[in-house]
Amino acid sequence: MRVLTIGGGPAGLYLALLLRKANPDHEVTVLERNPPGATFGWGVVFSEETLGALRDADRTTFDEITDTFATWDAIDVRYRGETLRSRGHAFSAIARVQLLGILQRRCASLDVDLRFETEVPTLDGVGGYDLVVGADGVNSTVRRLGEDAFGPSLDVHTTKYAWFGTDLVFPAFTFVFRENEHGLFQVHAYPFDGRTSTFIVECPGGVWQRAGLDEASEAESMAYCERLFAEDLAGHRLRSNRSLWTSFVTVRNRTWHDGRIVLVGDAAHTAHFTIGSGTKLAMEDAVALADALLQEPGDVPAAIARYEAERQPVVERFQRAAMESASYFEHVSRYARFEPIQFAFNLLTRSGRISHLNLELRDPAFVRDVDAGFAFASTGRTSALAPAPMFAPLRLRGLELANRVVLAPPPLDAATEGVIGDRYREALVDAGSIGAGLVLTELAAVSPEGRVTSGSPGMYDPAGQSAWADLLAEVHARTPARMALRLGHAGRRGATRPRAAGADRPLRTRGWPLLSASAIPFTRRSGVPSEATPGDLARVTEAFAASARMAVVVGFDALELDMGSGYLLASFLSPLTNLRSDAFGGSPEARRRFPLEVVEAVRAQWPGDRPLAVRVSASDLATGGAEIDDAIALAGELVRRGVDLLHVVAGQTIEHDRPDSGRTPLVPYADRIRNEANEPTLVGGGITTGDQMNTILAAGRADLCLLDPRSLT
Amino acid sequence: MRVGVGLPSTVPGSPGSAIVDWARRAEALGLASLGVLDRIVYDVTERISLVTMVVIGPIRSTALLAKQAGSVDAISGGRLSLGVSIGARADDYEATEWPTTGRGRRLSEQLATFRAQWEEEAIGPSPVRPGGPTLLVGGSSGEAFARMARHGDGYVHGGGPPRAFAAAVAKALAAWTDLERPGRPELWGQGYFALGGDAATEAGAAYLRDYYAFTGPFADRIAAGNLTSAGALREFVRGYEEAGCDHLVLLPTVAGVEQVDRLAEVLA
Ligand SMILES: Cc1cc2nc3c(=O)[nH]c(=O)nc-3n(C[C@H](O)[C@H](O)[C@H](O)COP(=O)(O)OP(=O)(O)OC[C@H]3O[C@@H](n4cnc5c(N)ncnc54)[C@H](O)[C@@H]3O)c2cc1C
Repeated sequence: MRVLTIGGGPAGLYLALLLRKANPDHEVTVLERNPPGATFGWGVVFSEETLGALRDADRTTFDEITDTFATWDAIDVRYRGETLRSRGHAFSAIARVQLLGILQRRCASLDVDLRFETEVPTLDGVGGYDLVVGADGVNSTVRRLGEDAFGPSLDVHTTKYAWFGTDLVFPAFTFVFRENEHGLFQVHAYPFDGRTSTFIVECPGGVWQRAGLDEASEAESMAYCERLFAEDLAGHRLRSNRSLWTSFVTVRNRTWHDGRIVLVGDAAHTAHFTIGSGTKLAMEDAVALADALLQEPGDVPAAIARYEAERQPVVERFQRAAMESASYFEHVSRYARFEPIQFAFNLLTRSGRISHLNLELRDPAFVRDVDAGFAFASTGRTSALAPAPMFAPLRLRGLELANRVVLAPPPLDAATEGVIGDRYREALVDAGSIGAGLVLTELAAVSPEGRVTSGSPGMYDPAGQSAWADLLAEVHARTPARMALRLGHAGRRGATRPRAAGADRPLRTRGWPLLSASAIPFTRRSGVPSEATPGDLARVTEAFAASARMAVVVGFDALELDMGSGYLLASFLSPLTNLRSDAFGGSPEARRRFPLEVVEAVRAQWPGDRPLAVRVSASDLATGGAEIDDAIALAGELVRRGVDLLHVVAGQTIEHDRPDSGRTPLVPYADRIRNEANEPTLVGGGITTGDQMNTILAAGRADLCLLDPRSLT
Repeated sequence: MRVGVGLPSTVPGSPGSAIVDWARRAEALGLASLGVLDRIVYDVTERISLVTMVVIGPIRSTALLAKQAGSVDAISGGRLSLGVSIGARADDYEATEWPTTGRGRRLSEQLATFRAQWEEEAIGPSPVRPGGPTLLVGGSSGEAFARMARHGDGYVHGGGPPRAFAAAVAKALAAWTDLERPGRPELWGQGYFALGGDAATEAGAAYLRDYYAFTGPFADRIAAGNLTSAGALREFVRGYEEAGCDHLVLLPTVAGVEQVDRLAEVLA
């Protein structure tokens, strides 16, 4: 087989040597535009797990690479003048130029036809090859020439970075955060041989411009960074190597092959450098492609298909984690008010690949500090024996919750005329008995027409009220849990059948008229709601206030107003369901107006020492719908009106939305709302373990977690 | 967890009479359910549960499918679970000239219509159970889980190792909670098997590679996951049980009624 590899980076060289090794009859040519010793950048990191694949693929280069490795086990986070160290991580790094040298020598000894200073401008003349490999990096020429087939998408990040080196040898993988008059800068620094460290400086584009770095020369840029990081560099100098102030580009391709032409490494995909995996992925691509060619002898198309099928899912996973990580660094100023220890924990868990438990196994002392810091923030007391974050108490106004776990037993839809039955009462008492700090009821309607199903409970008449009173007496007498009432009006999603055989199925008989912001039915089968008139709005507001008064009397500890899930208040907030042209529709402010009036009316009735929560929809998860920025703006308005907790949900504004299929998809929303609107959040959605809760809480992404009740049975 | 067996209706070399023998044998040996791929079968058994795994809803006539399923359920005395999904093959749609765009919505509409038809406008024999057959919904997108939680009685997984099943279950339960459904969804899993030494192993792999040829290189992986030894099968069953599976259906990849006997023996 004749193979032409364009680009002599890690991917191209490693593939070439593996192919020659597997079959000396292969003719393998590598064309590299640079001379042998020339490259960009400094050291690259490898994480432990990378190494197994490289050892199995080629022992010779593996031994040489690991011989020159700088290895260490600590991550330092320098923030607000403190250095937080977490141990037990396994990292190694190598100078990029060393790595290339090792691979080049091995190629030469295996008789790979290596041609340096040969730039490939076109693909004319590759006709005689059985396989043409585009290993020419992030700005791949091969990819550009075959654009129509590959379908590339290039996502240019908004932050700017410079890849410097320094002769200071850092003792750990070091993140530095420094703020000056221009904004917040970060450094990712790590040693890679006995004498040198990589020192990548990154900042948002706006900060970069304010600092005048867009017009600065290389020398001026280095001088600026040396001044800013003088303390961290301890008198050492920065050095530059052809990588000054660029924006990282995340490369994706619809497919990685076009006939016999195949992309590997950065040409096919990149993953933001803050997860340090690009070289690893590039070399693993080479392993997979070489392997596939071995498995499908003589059938290049089949081998390429096999390579792509094997690598795509892996790469996608890394790209997802890399996007989380990049987005973290883009928005890191969101966490600027965190205490250093929490800041460090948040940083370490940013991409979702490391949890509280993982860190505890790696470095128990570090996690003890995290937990102690968390407990201190919760109680104001220091303790050597701090509980795990999920068991730390939380104070909201006069309410003290024993822990951070919230349980909302599934609805039974078995209430009679809005009056809860025994089974539901028992379920709530059970939830309190097993130790949840807060038990949240299902949606209780403010009026009979506000019920979701004919079996939904209400808080609007004496019969309903006294059933709730019995429940509260029992929960408070028998359990340490506090109780919150979820209060709302189903709006256009009301008058449905009990949900045993499905949700949103309208009642056939004994239904009731529906009310919504605009006269749009929820599903094709749902009744058409009437557009709420000013008189309706006044009545609904009064119903909310009256229900809140009843909730005070029966003794609920907290109240949650439902502005989510496409119910009545939500229908005002979304541009998809609110088409009104009066004062309650149109601009986001106008759409918020009625729900905020309800909040004011309820807050006026609800005692000052009891917390008020609001269930907010972070996103409609639908084209043209409300998005996270709308939710953050809403959260700000709620806080100003005395709301103490935001329960973050998403979707169900319209029937056919597009829910995220991630594991805990609501957590990033809760994080942004909490840390941009500066308000406690409650989050659920796929949370089934203590480790998930501890990670979310300790990282400051939410303050309370709703544990999926079905994970307990 | 209850364990059932698939009918070999798509496996080459199984004439109609063999299917009848197979079904009777499975029932006689005490297996819990009989599964079929994209088809509904008329029934020759008396107690065993019947399940489709799965019917590609959007390429079928809604009314006809509702009627067929209603009839099978009625004739079998309420033993049918109808599993549906949008399917994975584009060529199913090409062959039937249904567009692939909007197929998710079409399936959702179908699910709502099935219920309405079984409960209200019952044409054909009236259903044995008030809501008609149990409705299982498959798929792995966010939309699919929401569709399952809004319209279904349970989730039917598309196959894979226990770990993949467990991950899907977590999402199914989260969607169920999100839509505020009472109770919990029935959780159905499936796996392929071929018992009987090298010949069976090879024939099973060939069948799977052919059946899944449309997935390209994944066909090899699916074939490699075929359960061909008693040990692998038992470990698989245990893994599904631990992951919270309610009903596991093991689908044959070679015909021949002795497969049912071997399966029952391994499970015993
Ligand atoms: C700031 C930064 C830090 C990073 N840190 C890490 C890290 O710590 N760990 C890690 O694993 N990864 C890291 N990476 C990623 C890593 O550098 C890349 O993912 C990796 O180099 C990809 O290897 P490659 O062989 O695909 O491409 P490259 O290494 O880019 O090699 C491509 C080669 O092709 C040559 N070439 C390009 N065009 C042509 C042409 N037309 N003709 C001939 N030759 C051509 C180039 O000269 C180059 O030698 C980092 C990246 C950046 C930007």
